[in-house]
Amino acid sequence: MSTSTLTGRAGAGPGSGPVVVTGLGVAAPNGLGAEEYWRAALAGRSGIAPITRFDPAGYSVRIAGQLDIEPKEHLPGRLLPQTDHMTRLALIAAEEALADAGADPEEMPAHAAGVVTAASGGGFEFGQRELEALWSKGGNHVSAYQSFAWFYPVNTGQVSIRHDLRGPGSALVAEQAGGLDAISKAARNVRGGTALMLAGGVDGSLCPWSLVCMTKSGRLSTVTDPDRAYLPFDAAASGHVPGEGGALLVLEARAAARERGARVLGEIAGYAATFDPRPGSGREPGLRRAIDLAFADARVTAADVDVVFADAVGVPDLDRIEAAVLAAVFGPRGVPVTAPKSLTGRLLGGGAPLDVASALLALRDGVIPPTAAAVDCAYADAIDLVTGEPREAALGTALVVARGYGGFNSALVVRR
Amino acid sequence: MTGVGVVAPGGIGTKQYWELLTSGTTATRTISLFDATPFRSRIAAECDFDPIAAGLSRREIRRWDRTTQFAVVAAREALADSGAVGEMDPHRTGVMIGTACGMTQSLDREYAVVSDQGATWLVDEEHGVPYLYDYFLPSSMATEIAWMAEAEGPVGVVSTGCTSGIDVVGHAVDLVRDGMADVMVAGASDAAISPITVACFDAIKATSPRNDEPESASRPFDRTRNGFVLGEGAAVFVLEEYEHARRRGAHVYAEITGHASRCNAYSMTGLRSDGREMADAIGAALGQARLNPDDIDYVNAHGSATKQNDRHETAAFKLSLGPHAYDVPVSSIKSMIGHSLGAICSLEVAACALAIEHAVIPPTANLNEPDPECDLDFVPLVARERELGAVLSVASGFGGFQSAIVLTAPGRRAA
Repeated sequence: MSTSTLTGRAGAGPGSGPVVVTGLGVAAPNGLGAEEYWRAALAGRSGIAPITRFDPAGYSVRIAGQLDIEPKEHLPGRLLPQTDHMTRLALIAAEEALADAGADPEEMPAHAAGVVTAASGGGFEFGQRELEALWSKGGNHVSAYQSFAWFYPVNTGQVSIRHDLRGPGSALVAEQAGGLDAISKAARNVRGGTALMLAGGVDGSLCPWSLVCMTKSGRLSTVTDPDRAYLPFDAAASGHVPGEGGALLVLEARAAARERGARVLGEIAGYAATFDPRPGSGREPGLRRAIDLAFADARVTAADVDVVFADAVGVPDLDRIEAAVLAAVFGPRGVPVTAPKSLTGRLLGGGAPLDVASALLALRDGVIPPTAAAVDCAYADAIDLVTGEPREAALGTALVVARGYGGFNSALVVRR
Repeated sequence: MTGVGVVAPGGIGTKQYWELLTSGTTATRTISLFDATPFRSRIAAECDFDPIAAGLSRREIRRWDRTTQFAVVAAREALADSGAVGEMDPHRTGVMIGTACGMTQSLDREYAVVSDQGATWLVDEEHGVPYLYDYFLPSSMATEIAWMAEAEGPVGVVSTGCTSGIDVVGHAVDLVRDGMADVMVAGASDAAISPITVACFDAIKATSPRNDEPESASRPFDRTRNGFVLGEGAAVFVLEEYEHARRRGAHVYAEITGHASRCNAYSMTGLRSDGREMADAIGAALGQARLNPDDIDYVNAHGSATKQNDRHETAAFKLSLGPHAYDVPVSSIKSMIGHSLGAICSLEVAACALAIEHAVIPPTANLNEPDPECDLDFVPLVARERELGAVLSVASGFGGFQSAIVLTAPGRRAA
């Protein structure tokens, strides 16, 4: 039997060189669509505000990076009863990314395009509605859509159906770090011969139930002033703010992208993931190793990196570790560091892909988006944090760092 | 694959699991984990799991969802079985766990508390247990296993619904092949026999309502099949780079020589009747393994016992394996241990490894009246002895995922 005819593989074969990004789709609390988000990020415009989707008065956390849309303006009506807010945002971002890449999977050979997304809690608001129905009215009031509207790979499934992506599909969970893991997995699919992969994450299903669960992480800020709640690397850091959204990227082999005349935003040059040892073990955290291994994978050194998109979790002990690691890798103030997520909140599985999108747009425009203006960096001896105003710079290579609650570290290198 | 650990209906541990599968006995029964009286389907394959006897501490039992408990116990068995403890470099060891439902059982239970039985949308923060974020994130399970295994390499969760248990093994194998780890502790766990899960499947009539005959309710490929029987369990493996295993003289159960997944891009719950995407996944997995269809000596089917699945799958086997589809033995162990959602594919991979090890093919129980449209050799009722050089396991799930994995007997890898 001939495997090649059955798999219908298109484009380049395995091990076919660099993987590049040819399209972006963004849904962020401070801007829907890549360009609108990018203008907001450069202007330092925040999407963090008091929660309005429900009355947060009874909760210790009352602000978030909420992203409200009128779903009917973006999606066919038949998809609305079966989708969580998070999935609607993912569908909007997927459509933008494919259009941005000038790619139409329906025109491609079967199984030539796939999708990998990062998830966290799944379609939690949808899930809360059905749990409410179950416990208040009984099992026969639970929606026929619940089985897949809540589950973790829902965005992968719905996006694959909408765009006829019949190649590899998967979903990964490692809280914030999962977004980079998903991009790396999709890049591996492209290297393995899949012509096009959508990859990233759009996440953050804000509802009372998810907020209560997230609050128990002990990492959310209880500060109620939206400008003062999420101040990563600041002496006044009090945790972070949850947010909704993320980004999806179109990945292709560089040779195939060139062949079809696609615009290339940048290359997925290197990646690594590590895990922290059990607290109290006395062993080193894994963040530094993730960065070093990602550099080795990309065949770059610290000197080649022009900007770092930090994890910037806003928890003092963790900020201190990250600042120390960046100082150790790059030398004190050795590279500009930024955290535009201080304007969106942390987007769970969507956060790191949004950072990758920001990094690619920064490379494109030669400008580093700032960390929120209110941040007064407490580690100024260690890191050169870009705050308040964007900084113009010649940018060739960027490092994106993500840590996930529970000990996950991932690092991704992108270059022009 | 150098270590196997199992928590399954009818047996905790690999030995009991294999005895059940080869005896053709079923572990499906009336649900005892909660009062299922109001539901359409009131049957499931439950694990007789005593966490204290399984070696968990009272603190772990309080803190961990049943899914995490299963995963940890299965991972411990796999690690002990592999003999690799003390021979693994933490930086070169990773953990990947698959799950469909994560900590659904705890979320379901705790929701009833914080919402006062669904009375308030504005759920009560104060009465939420401290572990809610660990229940929110299925990756908390990977954290616990990584700490136990002292793994500091790549760690995470792969969640692709009912194909998770294959996809997670495939992902772990990719990480080893890419040089990101020498050893991966990988497998899947699900323990979602809970009101919300049962209600979900009732709503789409996916589960069997054969409440009066729970022992024979799961009937893959049988004319009288009427849905799957929910299950629970976990299977975890130690996967090593071949030379790493050889150097330390490890016992090798099997080699993972190919795997692939596809989306059907058709429906979140439905299947295209032609089986094209599953067939493509099988073809790609065989291609990676450099095997021809007739090299496959046994197929572990998805065989969920829904009307639609079993026909879809039969079509996929014919499309991908050609005439060999009619010759090769195919069986569904879901007939005995139900459908444990994300975990089942890892349990099936375990069954494949044990089938190679013991040269026995587990049967399809409850297959008394073959569906004329499912006209392959489904190994009815009784196990069969047979030397197995290469086996194929497949899965199909919500979201449209179709996956295939090939295990090859040690030393039988194609050149």
